[in-house]
Amino acid sequence: MRAVITVLGKDMVGILARVSSECAEHNINVVEVTQSILQDMFAMIMMVEIDKCDIPFPDFADKLTAIGEEMHLVIHTMHEDIFNAMHTI
Amino acid sequence: MLNAHDILETIRMIDNEHLDVRTITMGISLLDCCHSEIDVACTRIYDKITRCAKDLVKTGEQIEREFGIPIIHKRISVTPIAMILASCDDRDAVKIAKTLDRAAVDCGVNFLGGFSALVQKGFGPGDRELIEAIPEALAATDRVCSSVNIGSTKTGINMDAVALMGQTVRRAAEMTADRGCIGPAKLVVFCNAPEDNPFMAGAFHGAGEPDCVINVGVSGPGVVRAAIAEAGDCDLTAVADLIKKTAFKITRMGQLVATEASKRLGVPFGIVDLSLAPTPAVGDSVAHILEEMGLECCGCHGTTAALALLNDAVKKGGMMASSHVGGLSGAFIPVTEDAGMIAAARCGGLSIEKLEAMTAVCSVGLDMINVPGDTPAEVIAAIIADEAAIGMVNSKTTAVRVIPAIGKDVGDELSFGGLLGGGPVMPLSSYSPARFIGRGGRIPAPMQSLKN
Repeated sequence: MRAVITVLGKDMVGILARVSSECAEHNINVVEVTQSILQDMFAMIMMVEIDKCDIPFPDFADKLTAIGEEMHLVIHTMHEDIFNAMHTI
Repeated sequence: MLNAHDILETIRMIDNEHLDVRTITMGISLLDCCHSEIDVACTRIYDKITRCAKDLVKTGEQIEREFGIPIIHKRISVTPIAMILASCDDRDAVKIAKTLDRAAVDCGVNFLGGFSALVQKGFGPGDRELIEAIPEALAATDRVCSSVNIGSTKTGINMDAVALMGQTVRRAAEMTADRGCIGPAKLVVFCNAPEDNPFMAGAFHGAGEPDCVINVGVSGPGVVRAAIAEAGDCDLTAVADLIKKTAFKITRMGQLVATEASKRLGVPFGIVDLSLAPTPAVGDSVAHILEEMGLECCGCHGTTAALALLNDAVKKGGMMASSHVGGLSGAFIPVTEDAGMIAAARCGGLSIEKLEAMTAVCSVGLDMINVPGDTPAEVIAAIIADEAAIGMVNSKTTAVRVIPAIGKDVGDELSFGGLLGGGPVMPLSSYSPARFIGRGGRIPAPMQSLKN
């Protein structure tokens, strides 16, 4: 199973490092990363494998949300299926 | 393959445009809870509801967290209680209402629908007792919702029931006058009521439904409005296309949540209800979609045409996105629950006559409208009769949920708080339909051919 992590907010040092180290800590493999910086705004999308996650997936999502709040970013961690359902026929 | 644009679009819809699944509603049949002793029936009802729905709220919350999609309500609908009451020697319907309320509290759901009777052709055993108990039942409970079907295209309109419902709505308001007249806000009078509707207050679990079923109602007026705003000055063909595409995306999300909930709860999936359900929150309004299409104020000339386009496009887009579609399916126009409707009613741009015309082309009917506190029962009955006639002749569901604002008059405000919102008391015609309503009897079923 795969999930999509999106990070939106003001650019600063260490966003990618912080999010990916949280993934590593819970045995989540990062498959793909795209990021762009428009003016000061940072937008990153990560595709990750969650099969081997060592905690329940919703708990992991909550951890990332908390990191987002701490860094003044908006982080969404959502199951891939929601995007497939909405955007593919 | 997913692309960044699609992902960010979904995130934007959720964060900024109030995209959500409005409700997961579990339909539960109570037909196997009948018993001649009402206490035994109540125990069976409580046990069955709490057994079937014990994991409903928990599962809903899990799906919400995993998929990152807000699911606003988890609710229950049950077999029309008049059918259960029919088998009891002592037909104390309020006792059953209190049992339902207790079951709703213990399952953690905010509303439970089905304190209902189907009397479109006449009163069966238990029907009259249930209807007469509605005001007290709604006053004595917080979470129980009630509905009564008084007409259909196949049977015509039961005008005796219409007259009785006029009195019932008024009495329900009087009995809850100290709590903002909340009683009638939980009471819907239907023509052509659907048996699989997941939306309150009119949800009930029809006799033709399976033992237990999961129905899902989607939402997303804010998403549709934002899409039209982004498109700018395109023609109405393009607007309709855009609404279809947006409705498709919204519904696919609902379908995903429905199948997931059905799988996890081990309960069959029933239908997705393709509705645009507004809330009083800014940016979650059906009226604002119509205004985005180019109307200065919802309720002006052109509103019916704009709503017809919207309603049809939502259905066309949603149909392909879901394997089973049902319920009310369409745009809702509840006045007090829609920020744009409230504003239009306040400034005088939206009248009850225009709302009545709008109900001929959209889902449901005269919904959440505050009327003067001294409105006589026969006037409420006549409003119900008019609305039922529109539904009967056009083979569609129509409903009335009006709230007589006891002690208030035109221009005053009545507020319920939460998702039920609040709004101004709207004026009604001051001429009397008393003699027409007093005649009783039935309006025969309409012709199905020679349609002009």
